[in-house]
Amino acid sequence: MSESQFGSKAASVEFQQVSKIYGKTVMAVDSVSLHVEAGELVTLLGPSGCGKTTTLRMIAGLEMASSGSIKIGDTDVTHVPATDRDVSMVFQSYALFPHMTVLENVSYGLKISKMKKAEVLDRAESGLELVGLSGYGSRLPSELSGGQQQRVAVARALVLEPQVLLFDEPLSNLDAKLRRQVREDIREIQTKLGLTVVYVTHDQEEALAVSDRIIVMNNAVIAQIGAPRELYAQPVNEFVADFIGEANLFDAQVTDVNDTLATVTIGDMQITIAANGNAVGPARLAVRPQAIDLYDVGEPNSLSGVVRKASYAGSHMEYQVETAAGQVFVVSDAETDRTVGADVCLRFRSTGPVLLPPA
Amino acid sequence: MNKSTWLWLVLGLIGFCLLPWYVQEDGLWGFEWLVDGYPFDPDYAPALFLLMQGEKLWLLPLAFWLLLPIAAIGNSPKTVRYKANVLLLAGVLGLSWLAIQGYSIGLRGWNYEALATLFGPLDDRQYGMGAGALLVTAAFLFILTTGIAGRGAVNGDVFVVGAIGLIIAMVTVFIFFPIVQMLSSALRDNDGTYSLGIFLAKFLDNKIWGLNCLQGGTRCGVAWNSLFLAVLVGFSTTVLGLAFALVATRSGFKYKKLLRALTVLPIITPPFVIGLAIILLFGLSGSITQFVAELFNLQPTRWIYGLPGIYIAQMLSFTPIAFLVLIGVVEGVSPSMEEAAQTLRATKWQTFRTVSLPLMRPGLANAFLLGFIESMADFGNPLVLGGNYDVLSTEIFFAIVGAQNDQGKAAVLAIALLIFTLTAFYAQRRWLGKKSYTTKTGKGDGGMHVMLPRRVLLPCYFIAMTWGVFTVTVYGMILYGGFVETWGLNNTLTFKHYITAFGIGYNDFGIHFKGAAWDSFWTTLKIAATAAPLTAIVGLLTAWLLVRQNFAGKNAFEFGTMLSFAIPGTVIGVSYILAFNVPPIELTGTGAILVISFIFRNMPVGVRAGIASMSQIDKSLDEASLTLGANTWRTFTRIILPLMRPAILAALVFSFVRAMTAISAVIFLVSAEYNMATSYIIGRVENNDYGIAIAYSSVLIVVMLAVVGLMQLLVGRVDTRRRLSQSESKA
Repeated sequence: MSESQFGSKAASVEFQQVSKIYGKTVMAVDSVSLHVEAGELVTLLGPSGCGKTTTLRMIAGLEMASSGSIKIGDTDVTHVPATDRDVSMVFQSYALFPHMTVLENVSYGLKISKMKKAEVLDRAESGLELVGLSGYGSRLPSELSGGQQQRVAVARALVLEPQVLLFDEPLSNLDAKLRRQVREDIREIQTKLGLTVVYVTHDQEEALAVSDRIIVMNNAVIAQIGAPRELYAQPVNEFVADFIGEANLFDAQVTDVNDTLATVTIGDMQITIAANGNAVGPARLAVRPQAIDLYDVGEPNSLSGVVRKASYAGSHMEYQVETAAGQVFVVSDAETDRTVGADVCLRFRSTGPVLLPPA
Repeated sequence: MNKSTWLWLVLGLIGFCLLPWYVQEDGLWGFEWLVDGYPFDPDYAPALFLLMQGEKLWLLPLAFWLLLPIAAIGNSPKTVRYKANVLLLAGVLGLSWLAIQGYSIGLRGWNYEALATLFGPLDDRQYGMGAGALLVTAAFLFILTTGIAGRGAVNGDVFVVGAIGLIIAMVTVFIFFPIVQMLSSALRDNDGTYSLGIFLAKFLDNKIWGLNCLQGGTRCGVAWNSLFLAVLVGFSTTVLGLAFALVATRSGFKYKKLLRALTVLPIITPPFVIGLAIILLFGLSGSITQFVAELFNLQPTRWIYGLPGIYIAQMLSFTPIAFLVLIGVVEGVSPSMEEAAQTLRATKWQTFRTVSLPLMRPGLANAFLLGFIESMADFGNPLVLGGNYDVLSTEIFFAIVGAQNDQGKAAVLAIALLIFTLTAFYAQRRWLGKKSYTTKTGKGDGGMHVMLPRRVLLPCYFIAMTWGVFTVTVYGMILYGGFVETWGLNNTLTFKHYITAFGIGYNDFGIHFKGAAWDSFWTTLKIAATAAPLTAIVGLLTAWLLVRQNFAGKNAFEFGTMLSFAIPGTVIGVSYILAFNVPPIELTGTGAILVISFIFRNMPVGVRAGIASMSQIDKSLDEASLTLGANTWRTFTRIILPLMRPAILAALVFSFVRAMTAISAVIFLVSAEYNMATSYIIGRVENNDYGIAIAYSSVLIVVMLAVVGLMQLLVGRVDTRRRLSQSESKA
């Protein structure tokens, strides 16, 4: 297999108190510290304007940190420009050079690093083979489909055996069906070659699917770092709870704390869950819409409410229920058939609700 | 030290030790200096040999500054910061010393009395800078920029800082320095002492600002004449241009393409040619004058000479420019806004009046200011048609040539002219820059433009048709006029003028170009062909820096590079004469001064074309190249330049054509050896030799049409007119 010739020079990435200020006042990234292990795929996730792309570009050297230090492997690269960093990037727009053929695009970086001609060709072709595009070398980028262009961009970045490979929203220009396949391909290559990958996206589903770990960013700071499962099950604040898989947020009352378990009251309902550091008093409770069941009126220990909206979404039903504790979004089986105006009772599944740690 | 630092140090040393330090009478490339006493003859000697013979000892410090980086750094391990500071110091010292010695010691020894009293009399002199001095200057400049980059500017990018330094240096030397030189000469009296009083007396002279005509006198000051004309022309060209633009975009008119073709004409027409055609039509023996005189039995008059003539000629010349700007503006009004108005029950007329027209307002103001500036700066038409109506641009010329030769007066007039154009330029940038309602691409966001309401369309048709017919007549006149014996007196057809101007004979040596015009024709082609690629390079490099790089003082940088757009050619001409007539930069009488004046006059066109096309190249292409390990220089040459090929060709064509048609700056800078076509033609006109002048003009127009056509063929589907219209509307 020619793939084997791409060894891994994967290195870790370390940010210490890194800030980026545009102009005099605009804080794009606010003293962020993070660590990416060698060979790990880490996603920067957040809404637009949260600073994730700026963070990525600072790893690439396309933006220079205003303060703090950046290390790749053991080298301090804080002041090293992009040209001299051993990092390559796959751009949102792919950024294939339109005046060069696919092969020329893939060999561009290799030629610059003064490799011998024969080796350049050899590596470029095995790069194309790796992404399943051998035989397309003489085409122009404009003659390829979006998915193929994307793969050329990946090959172009891969053949340089970078210490870190960066992806800036690589799937946003692809149609929905292709996205799943391309993201699986990226993950497969990453695991096979043991690459360090930093991946930017605003799509939480994409992030959950590809990452070893996710760094959620909001308003220029890190909101939470963790494995996908951890973020979904144990969000540390309202932002993360809502951004990663929607969540209903309730004002709740902790009435009793026994060891690590807390007794919580929401309206007329009482549940017992992990205290997460909360003491007796008011607290915030996050519940996934999939973890709420609908019952007929009269169910004990439940929240009663009225269905305000009901929409059929094929695989499931979506309800908007008005309760004493506020509007609740519920996702149920497609088989349930509650009509607008019907009186219902809500209950949380035992694994569903999470008390958010006190702020 | 890195490779590029070594390279510039070595080049600097070559300049210092091997190339002739001073300018060569017979040109560097003749290499006569090489066989005529080099390297010891002081006229040809490099600085090193001058010093070894104990001459020009003031050049000695330069050697120290050149050797400073080598001595202080060598290859020893020092901190990056230390090395950068050494380079910076060497560069600053070198450049300042070059300037100080250059301006202190001139053709007659000390240039300033004070220096003579301070250091005692100097029995020596020096000429303008030659190849050696130039190379040393370049070396110091790039050592300086390398030092600045080393201290961390623009992420330490040597190429970018070097390019910025180069552009700043060139703009300073060839735009700001001459203007300042001109200002200072306006502040001096005839003995060379500075005096604000004399300046004010000269500046506020009645001949410039007098308002006699309002009180029943015969004449107003030239400044008022210019202003009145410019406002009139700016207003009229805007109205005409708008009528054209509306017909071209919002009517069912069948020959829109033809209408657009008319817009190429002013680009390829030398500015005074329209004036000539007007004389053929309305002059004392002009066709229409004669016809009307016979019809009504009137005495033909010279009414056309003066305001009416200049006004008509400038309208003809500049309406297409307004059209180019306004077509972008009219197309830029979003059709969906008009559709929205219509769905809100507005009639076509109401939509036009309440939505379309108000949205075009900034564009209209822009067109007005462009027309204003063009009219102010126009030199050819007033020269040919001015009569007793004096305007600033021609008065400047007459102050320098002819009996007066009063450089101070020319400078004062130039300042008055500059105040007007710079004010308009400033207004255009500061006030209109932020006020565009139209989409940037010049394309609407889908939907169809509403056709014009009848009550707008009919007047537009009428105006556009009349003007179109008039324009065609005028150009017909020019082409036909070259074949007429003596216009109005003897209308027999003849090849006489073409044979006189472009006759070809054979002699013992082969083809012999014996026509009187060949000399200036070849010179023009040569100069224009030299200037075009240089203009394109400077323009595109500047555009790249402006669009793609971030650095401190970028706004000032942009303003400086676009400034020459607002400096009338006559002002450039005068200021170049004042600045480059004496050492250290001695350029008058050379071909180089013509080339340089073209580069900096036409630079804004190249910059705008470059900015327009570079904005369409995705920035992530550059970034991809950088993350793949290419440096900025490689990214610029391998990615940006190939993608900009159409813009490069457009810039080449424009600068070539504009160099061939320019007259205002040229007329001050031509010499016996380097005479240009346009100044030759003006010379013919002044001798009332209209036949040859018109024949020559026709030839120029045809040649340039051929060049534009050829280039269009080469680039395939690159629509240069559209490109210009985009770039003009960004002005």
